[in-house]
Amino acid sequence: MADGMFVRRLRAWFGSMEVLHGIDLAIAAQQVTAIIGPSGCGKSTFIRCLNRMHEVVAGARTEGQVLLNGADLYAGDVDPVDVRRRVGMVFQRPNPFPTMSVFDNVAAGLRMNGISRNGALADKVEASLLQAALWDEVKDQLDKSGASLSGGQQQRLCIARALAVNPEVLLMDEPCSALDPIATAKIEELILELKRRLTVVIVTHNMQQAARVSDVTGFFLMGELIECDQTSRLFTNPTDQRTEDYITGRFG
Amino acid sequence: MRFQLRRIVNRVMNGLAAASAFLVVLPLLLILAFLVYQGASSVNLDFFTHLPKPVGEPGGGMANAIVGTLTLIGLAALVGLPLGILGGVYLVESRDPRLPWAVRFLADVLNGVPSIVVGIFAYTLVVLPMRRFSAVAGGVALACIMLPIVLRTTEEMVRLVPNSLREAALALGIPEWKVVLRVVLPTARAGILTGVMVSIARIAGETAPLLFTAFGNRFWHQRLDQPIAALPLQIFAYAIAPYDDWHRQAWAGAVVLIALIFLTSLAARLATRGRVRGAR
Repeated sequence: MADGMFVRRLRAWFGSMEVLHGIDLAIAAQQVTAIIGPSGCGKSTFIRCLNRMHEVVAGARTEGQVLLNGADLYAGDVDPVDVRRRVGMVFQRPNPFPTMSVFDNVAAGLRMNGISRNGALADKVEASLLQAALWDEVKDQLDKSGASLSGGQQQRLCIARALAVNPEVLLMDEPCSALDPIATAKIEELILELKRRLTVVIVTHNMQQAARVSDVTGFFLMGELIECDQTSRLFTNPTDQRTEDYITGRFG
Repeated sequence: MRFQLRRIVNRVMNGLAAASAFLVVLPLLLILAFLVYQGASSVNLDFFTHLPKPVGEPGGGMANAIVGTLTLIGLAALVGLPLGILGGVYLVESRDPRLPWAVRFLADVLNGVPSIVVGIFAYTLVVLPMRRFSAVAGGVALACIMLPIVLRTTEEMVRLVPNSLREAALALGIPEWKVVLRVVLPTARAGILTGVMVSIARIAGETAPLLFTAFGNRFWHQRLDQPIAALPLQIFAYAIAPYDDWHRQAWAGAVVLIALIFLTSLAARLATRGRVRGAR
């Protein structure tokens, strides 16, 4: 059933500017795929295409296919809202809903999709917070505003919020770039835990982080996928000169 | 030496800035003081509970005008708030490149239309077809004044909601209309409420648009399609009348009207406080 995602000839534009020039990539189920590359290379745009968030921006459009378990997410009869329920997303800056409590933040996706009633809701919120390794820290302050937590806690709250709707894939767009090393370590630990249940795609600027958490790494440069391989191989024995230049710090 | 000079200049400029700030609020303070001096003694329980007395009889009150003003505000809000708030949301959330620009521009023009012209508009639109002055006509006129204010402040406040919150909600698979209703509007609530209060304070004191729409009424209005009393109209009528007692009543009316506006503004302030973007 879960055979991951296949991206075929994916192109993306902002207005008339093409930012992705035909990406082909296989994303294995229940593995962590890291996307690295210099700023502006299209990494973020790429993962935003995987849950159809790219098209939310005015003037943005895409072409090509993204298959999830064999079905094209860009097929004509597919509702982007359903895609986003199946493919969750965590952003660069923690963005809990400021008007909602910790509990309501996690419950938001369920409630607004009309999925759950009260008892089941509380169970699901607890399970999601447990999965996001945040339950022990917030179980006595579920009524407090989500914005009152620390940055690292807020990011794990956002992960719990994304997990609550049971996505098959979790996209993470530089989830640690606004966090300190301790909070980063917690999130990385969590990512390794999460891949037992779902597929993770993480964009990161931090090559050590890619090496620590991912099974497969793809290197992007100027809107193209230069190389994609087992993480250990890509970092020790890249086949493309440009990949080697980047990971050894010769540019970017 | 240079340091000394800079300190002196600093002090002088500081003083000038403080004096300017005080001069800005001075007219308001003078108006308030003068109003209270002239009118406070005539504000009594009768003023709030009695109808105007016939010419020549002392006493009486403006109960009908107070209720009338509140009724007119309610009628205007009934039209102005839903349209203004929904329109303001549209101006931000729409992906149409042209229509929001046009609406914004026209709303600013409408905001600049003299209120007497708005009155003529409501007269033509409502009074002429109905063949009588009415509360409804007054409400329509006031709604026209309220609308651009609510529209533009709602737009500003909805625009302030960080885009990251919209994206967070969309990425959860929440349909766009629910994102607006459950995430964007609650986040912008305090600001929108301020805009609503400001617009109410503004229309509460409008006189010109009511002159030939609501028209005024010395008695209780029975229905909304009849002429209705309003505080500004009553103040106007009493102030230009040749009776000292009426003048005193006009002053009292002005005090009550200012108090109403002051309380509305204060409520707006209190509503915004402590709800700044959810950070406590």
